[in-house]
Amino acid sequence: MSVRFCVNGREVDVDVEPRLTLADCLRHHLRLTGTHVGCEHGVCGACTILLDGAAVRSCLMLAVQAEGAEVVTVEGLSNDADLTPLQKSFRKHHALQCGFCTPGMITTAHALLSEEPNCDAARVREVLSGNLCRCTGYIPIVEAVLEARAAYRPKAQAGDRGGDRA
Amino acid sequence: MRTVNSLIGSPIERLEDLRFLRGRGQYVDDLARKDMLHAAILRSSVAHGRIRSIEVTRARALPGVHSVITAKEIGNRVPRVPMRLQPLPDFERFGQPVIAETKVRYVGEAIAVVLADSPGIAEDALGLVETDIEPLPAVADRHASAEDRSLLFEEAGTNLAIRFRAVRGDAAAAFAGAPYVRRERFRTQRHMALPLEPRGLLAEWDAARERLVIYGGAKVLFFNRRTLAKQLGLPEAAIEIVENDVGGGFGARGEFYPEDFLIPFAARLAGRPVKWTEDRRENLMCINHAREAECEVEIACTREGTILGLRGHAYVDVGAYMRTNGAVGARNVAQFMSGPYRIPNIDIDVALQLTNKTPVGTYRGPGRFETDFFRERLFDMVAQDLGLDRVAFRRRNLVSKQEMPYQIATITPFESKDEFDSGDYQATLDRCLDEVNWPEKSKLAGKLIDGRYHGLAVGCFIEGGAAGPKESARIVLERDGLYSVYVGSSAIGQGLETVFAQIAADALEITIERIRGVFHGSTSYVNDGYGAYHSRSVVMGGSAILDAAAKLRDAIRTWAAQRLNCQASAIEIVEGVKAVGPGGNSIALNELSGESISAEGAFLNKKHTYTYGAHAAHVAVDPKLGHVDLLDYVVVADCGRIINPLTVHGQTVGSVVQGLGGAMMEHLVYDQDAQLLTGSLADYLIPTASDFPNIRAVMLEQHPSPINPLGAKGAGEGGIIAAGGIMANAVANALSALHVQPRELPLTPTRIWELVQAAPR
Amino acid sequence: MKLPPFEYACPTTLPEAVQLLAGHDGEAKALAGGQSLVPMLAFRLAQPALLVDLRKLADLRGIRISEKGVALGAMVRWREIEDDERLDTAHPLLKAAIAHVAHYQVRNRGTVGGSLAHADPAAEMPGIAMTCDAEIAVVGKSGARVIQAADFFQGALTTALTSDEIIVEVSLPAWPARRRWGFEEFARRRGDFAMAAAAVFYDESEDGKARNAHVGVIGVADRPMRLPAVEEVLNGRTIDQATIAEAETATSAAVDPQDDIHASAAYRRALVGTMVERALKRAAA
Repeated sequence: MSVRFCVNGREVDVDVEPRLTLADCLRHHLRLTGTHVGCEHGVCGACTILLDGAAVRSCLMLAVQAEGAEVVTVEGLSNDADLTPLQKSFRKHHALQCGFCTPGMITTAHALLSEEPNCDAARVREVLSGNLCRCTGYIPIVEAVLEARAAYRPKAQAGDRGGDRA
Repeated sequence: MRTVNSLIGSPIERLEDLRFLRGRGQYVDDLARKDMLHAAILRSSVAHGRIRSIEVTRARALPGVHSVITAKEIGNRVPRVPMRLQPLPDFERFGQPVIAETKVRYVGEAIAVVLADSPGIAEDALGLVETDIEPLPAVADRHASAEDRSLLFEEAGTNLAIRFRAVRGDAAAAFAGAPYVRRERFRTQRHMALPLEPRGLLAEWDAARERLVIYGGAKVLFFNRRTLAKQLGLPEAAIEIVENDVGGGFGARGEFYPEDFLIPFAARLAGRPVKWTEDRRENLMCINHAREAECEVEIACTREGTILGLRGHAYVDVGAYMRTNGAVGARNVAQFMSGPYRIPNIDIDVALQLTNKTPVGTYRGPGRFETDFFRERLFDMVAQDLGLDRVAFRRRNLVSKQEMPYQIATITPFESKDEFDSGDYQATLDRCLDEVNWPEKSKLAGKLIDGRYHGLAVGCFIEGGAAGPKESARIVLERDGLYSVYVGSSAIGQGLETVFAQIAADALEITIERIRGVFHGSTSYVNDGYGAYHSRSVVMGGSAILDAAAKLRDAIRTWAAQRLNCQASAIEIVEGVKAVGPGGNSIALNELSGESISAEGAFLNKKHTYTYGAHAAHVAVDPKLGHVDLLDYVVVADCGRIINPLTVHGQTVGSVVQGLGGAMMEHLVYDQDAQLLTGSLADYLIPTASDFPNIRAVMLEQHPSPINPLGAKGAGEGGIIAAGGIMANAVANALSALHVQPRELPLTPTRIWELVQAAPR
Repeated sequence: MKLPPFEYACPTTLPEAVQLLAGHDGEAKALAGGQSLVPMLAFRLAQPALLVDLRKLADLRGIRISEKGVALGAMVRWREIEDDERLDTAHPLLKAAIAHVAHYQVRNRGTVGGSLAHADPAAEMPGIAMTCDAEIAVVGKSGARVIQAADFFQGALTTALTSDEIIVEVSLPAWPARRRWGFEEFARRRGDFAMAAAAVFYDESEDGKARNAHVGVIGVADRPMRLPAVEEVLNGRTIDQATIAEAETATSAAVDPQDDIHASAAYRRALVGTMVERALKRAAA
């Protein structure tokens, strides 16, 4: 089946089996390997992407369901020049070790902070409870997300976040 | 040699983060080759059976399927998974064939490999392979195993793989005269490392050059290459194993598994690259399991609380085969049950019982998590019996710094003596009590506040590190003046690229930007590498880097002496950029030679280092829900030398959370037919961000290790080791009015509630 | 765990969707949010020949609030319920229950209709549907019908739907402003399926006594349950400590849960009593 959608601001057209998940489509057809697959049954969150702005598990979506949608992956939340404020905060707080859960954490945190830049620690933990990490014990991740709130608050320019989809 | 300590000890932000944060890490499943085949593995759904036939015709006929490999295609001598650690002859008869031959012995054992054009088709074909397996009675636990009625290996005549014994002093005599003895049974449950990235391999066979390249290596790539070379009848030099980015290891990833033979074999047979990506269902039933242990132990003390002896029997359920390091955890249960405490008389044996379950291997703090739980529970019970303060009891019996090096129980067979290198165990206990505010908090012990009982616990641990025998490093001064560092250590997320850059930069007296990169793990980087296990990377890899750096500076001085016409000893290397002679004339380092200049270094070691410390916890238990709210958890650990405070702190917190998972919720559950019931992440539960938000770690470096030039001891396992004992003691303390005594992990809501119901009123 | 092969259709009208389901002799399945169905496919526990994606069906969207009550379109996602402020007063019990469903990412995709059709015994939406006497409007090849919640859930992952029927919307009766209610759930970890949960509500007569008590529980049977024996304890009485204690005992006596790897039967039996007790305490506060 032919599917056309937008990934990180770029229109793509792929021909896929209906059974191909969006995660596998992104990783293997579009070679955007930043989105990771950790369980394929919707528990670990490593596959989180933004679908029309909302954080979703791409292993539970069929690629064909993305027709006409705007998908943003961790690559779309990054740029070559510099780390974004969210990424800088992760690095500062040592919120990653092996890096496997990191794209999912970044994407989820970005979605949360974009909607709720004044969220508190309890809310951050609640939202991130759908993303498993085996290395960090989560505490530095929560700290990193809390510190990054400042960059998402209204007086900060959208451009300051860096790497936002066009 | 003195190093300029500006980078060692600095909380430098990690260099590897730059790619991980952007989603530019390269994990093995991210790799692709145009003509690659995808492998899927048919795994036994029967725990114990005799294979009558395997019919692959229908599977082969599925469009898109290239071939199906069974034991038949591999030939008469199906290779065995070797034992890497403690390779005693006793274990050979229990070795795992890389593919099932005549029997299957656990749910998950590989029976056939399908190669196809896509992973989906390969998996579809698995459903078309017809296996006729005559079921045999499943050995589902260590009791059934010990009966030796249903044998996993008929020729061996027993399901007992081996018995180790840890001895010190004369336990019989100590118990004979002891004024106080307490006897107990404890049990820890089967659980596992569960790295977030499942395993994967990509193998490429170059028929023209007869070379094999394998991506997806981790932990012990050199041993695996040596093994595979023998199994495939190739010279070692013909095989390269590459370490990509690795999504966690914790002991389980990287060991030689059946797939480490099957996938390269398939690539050579098919003449095309073969890629295999494990899925989570497989991962749960195929990578090494761990921690299932039981003990019946006795402790003897004086009435004042001096420990006289410890003896007993332990039983470890090791699963269906003895694989690469399946004996380590069990050995450690016996040898390390005394922990950091002075126990003069010890006699503990441990039986390794084979069962029809996934084979076991090392998982962070192998055997130590289990044995700490056994010991610390016993200590709290003893203190209660004797009317002693729990802290005072521990203080009284902690090995003192004056007694270092302190020899612990000797284990046989494969005799190994071990001793603690250095440390002040009282100091970390003091600090821990201070951090948790023990004097204030203990006033809450046992109190019911707002429907919850409050409890506290404290305990001490040691963590072993720096396993030898050797590690290698190579440093190259490139022609552009930058330095490249190559090391045999493996990265599994612990920040080696940064930590080793710090060590190298300090040793070379340069800024960290002058290091092009740290290249680790892959077999092409050094001649003789060993890898990452037993918290050895900083000690072994770091010390090898120091040696290489010293040798490189010698080489640079020699070159400079030639060019500047003086003695090498008169040369001063300034900021790693230029060499200055006695007359003040200088030359830029990258102009010394037309080529790059390199030096190799190594570090050999036969002794272990011992990082040590204490944990404390404050909990509130809801007796109706059986829920434990962890209000505060503190770890204080002294790791000898801190290279990067950020990373060592992060490792410790992460390690604690894994330990809490093991203490409270993780459990690989089997039924009486040895069927694995926890087959997904919805059933095998690990901690999430909401579960344990209150953890603090304090890392110290007050007692360097005397056995390596860095003074380091390694870290990463201490956090997990004490968690089980601490949580169980905290729950017991909280529910002491109800006389609740946990003797088994995990402390699930059901278990706690049942203990509350069962307690005498 | 790659998905098994299937065909895929994305109809734009409800009749078209029904026809696709009907034409495949039970081998077709409706795809709503995919949060329950796709994992089943990944484990190859289901291998339908055709998936019929409901995402383009406008008839299944929207939350409608009127004096009759709250009507949720089958494709309403948990996120929409969370974000709809009208529901704070129009149905606070629904909102409270939905706050426990899964996780952030799942809540952006999972749907009301999907949850009802999947009928997991520990899911919140079926529990609310049972407790609140919901009516489930469905459309199939034989036309439209309304199924009462009490008739809808027939066992674990089993409902009264025929293979050609699609849920269109679920209606909850109007919620009076002075109604007392409580929702309590306990799961292994936040967002996991409940080991047990209780949804309770009652109205108060002028003398302060309870009437019209509804007590619903999930996680203790193969389907969500109303507990008439417990409701009897509450009706006509003041909801004080003594009544609540009696209700807790009656709850445990009224259920017969099974052992499983997450909880023992005895524990669940006690737990659900505690859930009702705590929900009633909240309601009466």
